[in-house]
Amino acid sequence: MNLSNHIPILIIAIPLLAAFLVPLIGRINKKATGILTTLALSVSLIFTIALAVKILTVGPQVYVFGATSPSLTLPSGLKFPIRIMLQIDAMSIFMGLITAVISFFGAIYSLSFIKKYDGVDKYYSLLLLLTVGMFGMEFTGDIFNFFVFLEIASIASVALISFRGVDYGEPAEAGFKYMMVSSISALMVLFAVGIFYGQYDLLNFAAIASMIKYSQLDKIALGLLIPVLAMKAGAVPMHMWTPDAYSEAPAPITMILVAASQASLYALFRIVFSLYNISLNALTVGWIIIIFGLLSMFIGVTMAIVQKDIKRLMAYHAVSQTGYMLLGVGVGLAVLANPVALQKYGITAMEGGIFHIMNHAMYKGLLFLTAGALFFRTGTRDLNKMGGLAHYMKYTTIFFIIGAAAIAGLPPFNGFASKLLIYESVYRFNPLLSIIAMVVSILTLASFVKVFHSAFLGPKLPQFKEVKEVPRSMVFAMAVLSCIIIFFGLFPDLIVKNLVHPAVMSLIEQLQYTGTVLGGM
Amino acid sequence: MLGLLETGSGFWSAIIWIVLVLVIGSIVIYIRNKGEDSYKKNTEQDKPFISGNPEESKESSHLSANHIYWGFTEALKGYYNPLVKMHTGNINDYSSWIIMLTVIILIVIGVSG
Amino acid sequence: MIGNLPYIAVAIFIGLGIYTLMFKKNLIKIAIGVCLIENGVNLFLITLGYKKGAIAPIYTQAPSGQAMVLPTPQALTLTSIVIGIATTALILSVAMMIYKHYGTLDTDQVRRLRG
Repeated sequence: MNLSNHIPILIIAIPLLAAFLVPLIGRINKKATGILTTLALSVSLIFTIALAVKILTVGPQVYVFGATSPSLTLPSGLKFPIRIMLQIDAMSIFMGLITAVISFFGAIYSLSFIKKYDGVDKYYSLLLLLTVGMFGMEFTGDIFNFFVFLEIASIASVALISFRGVDYGEPAEAGFKYMMVSSISALMVLFAVGIFYGQYDLLNFAAIASMIKYSQLDKIALGLLIPVLAMKAGAVPMHMWTPDAYSEAPAPITMILVAASQASLYALFRIVFSLYNISLNALTVGWIIIIFGLLSMFIGVTMAIVQKDIKRLMAYHAVSQTGYMLLGVGVGLAVLANPVALQKYGITAMEGGIFHIMNHAMYKGLLFLTAGALFFRTGTRDLNKMGGLAHYMKYTTIFFIIGAAAIAGLPPFNGFASKLLIYESVYRFNPLLSIIAMVVSILTLASFVKVFHSAFLGPKLPQFKEVKEVPRSMVFAMAVLSCIIIFFGLFPDLIVKNLVHPAVMSLIEQLQYTGTVLGGM
Repeated sequence: MLGLLETGSGFWSAIIWIVLVLVIGSIVIYIRNKGEDSYKKNTEQDKPFISGNPEESKESSHLSANHIYWGFTEALKGYYNPLVKMHTGNINDYSSWIIMLTVIILIVIGVSG
Repeated sequence: MIGNLPYIAVAIFIGLGIYTLMFKKNLIKIAIGVCLIENGVNLFLITLGYKKGAIAPIYTQAPSGQAMVLPTPQALTLTSIVIGIATTALILSVAMMIYKHYGTLDTDQVRRLRG
């Protein structure tokens, strides 16, 4: 049995197995639960890096469940695939790398953060299930399988958001709102799956993509899928669950929830680009996504300036940065049918948007971890009550400065590289969009200067006299994320040439996607 | 090795930027250090000038988060008041926004393709 | 016309579910609304597999020339019903936690997180 053929399913299966072992081990020894979680997620991380190297050198890979060999997509005598399969190309493994890194560091950070709560073994089990759901959403090649993994991720994240709901009321309220919103979205996705099945009698992404004719029912399915998946990603005007859910969850879970929202964004791009491609009216749908992006950017950042709760402020910034990704990819979609414009600036706009996904996961994760460190030591999230903490928590201050400079788009960090790609290419499409994006960037810097001044600067306050630095596992997680941010900022061309550009090309070229499954038909 | 990122209309290199900042910064610091050095240290001439008013303590002059950017929010009050009122926190409103937006997008895609 | 009756029922279910989510004030009624939408979508999935004059797909050695109803949407619906159980159980237990801390189930008062 050649192990390297089975890596895709092992990435999903090992955290799933660990998720069910953790409560059993929790009965014997409480500390072993955290260590088992970290081990399982590190194995997933190593396998994901190995798979990324293989896909970027050899080509996209398919893994069929239940066949005699993992790449037997078409059973004998049939012209279309009938088994469930995982289909991994450059865009999927890009998102998979983000998920693996973020959940691994979330687990390391939780080793010290979650120690004083009850029910720690259930927390780790749910964290592993959330990771399984995210990996499944990103790797699957089957549209109903996508629905199942979407529901797994939603249910696990609701239980994690209301983790502190035993003692306080607000996490339960945030969990209820998130559950209702994600139920509506998952059921509408299932309705669209039903529409596709009723028309084509197929459930496989590549098979539907090769046979799609843009009939009236397909328009209804597209019109259902776009707002619902944009809502799961946190686009305005359906963004109101984002500050509630992100502020009440424990800090490492907020970081993993950011990656889960980006998995829904990946699903939106996959459906619009690989399933429909040129058969839809690219200009209309592109402008719809651009308008989502503009509204998210502007309303997200203006609501963020007036907040008093530090995690609510950062959650509004997450909404605003999602707008950048939607803007970049929307411009790429709007010129998809126009090959001259696509070569000139469409591909660069999509590179900017997709590079921004990875940058955003890194620096937003770092910022949420620093907010969690402040909450861990001071017990409050209210900016009015904090002050002068830079005297006591020196490492946290340095990591916060790096994160805030990255999100505001200051050189030489990685936020500047992806924002520059978006500004320069969107300007050639329509100058007004680029100007709004730059104004939003200035307001982002303004609100983080506000947070830095209220929480870290100022004289020493007497009520924080015993505040020390946070424990070592939390500092380790924040330090590695900062190193990744600095590395991406100094050498952005390595990442863009090797990871982002193949991802963009695999989204634009639909024939490569269907050819992997259907054998070049 | 230089970390050159090619955008469609130019390039960006973080390493060249850092080297330039260090070079220009050192020139600026060198010019600044050639300044006036005939003042008496640790006397009145060293403190900031506040027109003879008594200096307030640091604790009492630290702005809390509610009052930062007061001018900005006050000037844009016509935009902020309806916006903050729309974020009611009521769960029926969350689902109303989703359903209204789905209907609008279905109509737009159905009509124009 | 009579063959379209299940689709009309689907539309009525989903319409009633959306109405409940948008206008009813009690948290338990909102949970029931989510259940209504889910029932509507499950009914839609099963109705898609129907063929005129066909029998249930439960034979291993079927009589020849006999059409069977499509079995794949039945498998999809079973998965969806199981997911619906987990969703409903979780929504109701979170509603119980809200009642314990807030003392009320009215959406106009369960609004501490706003702005």
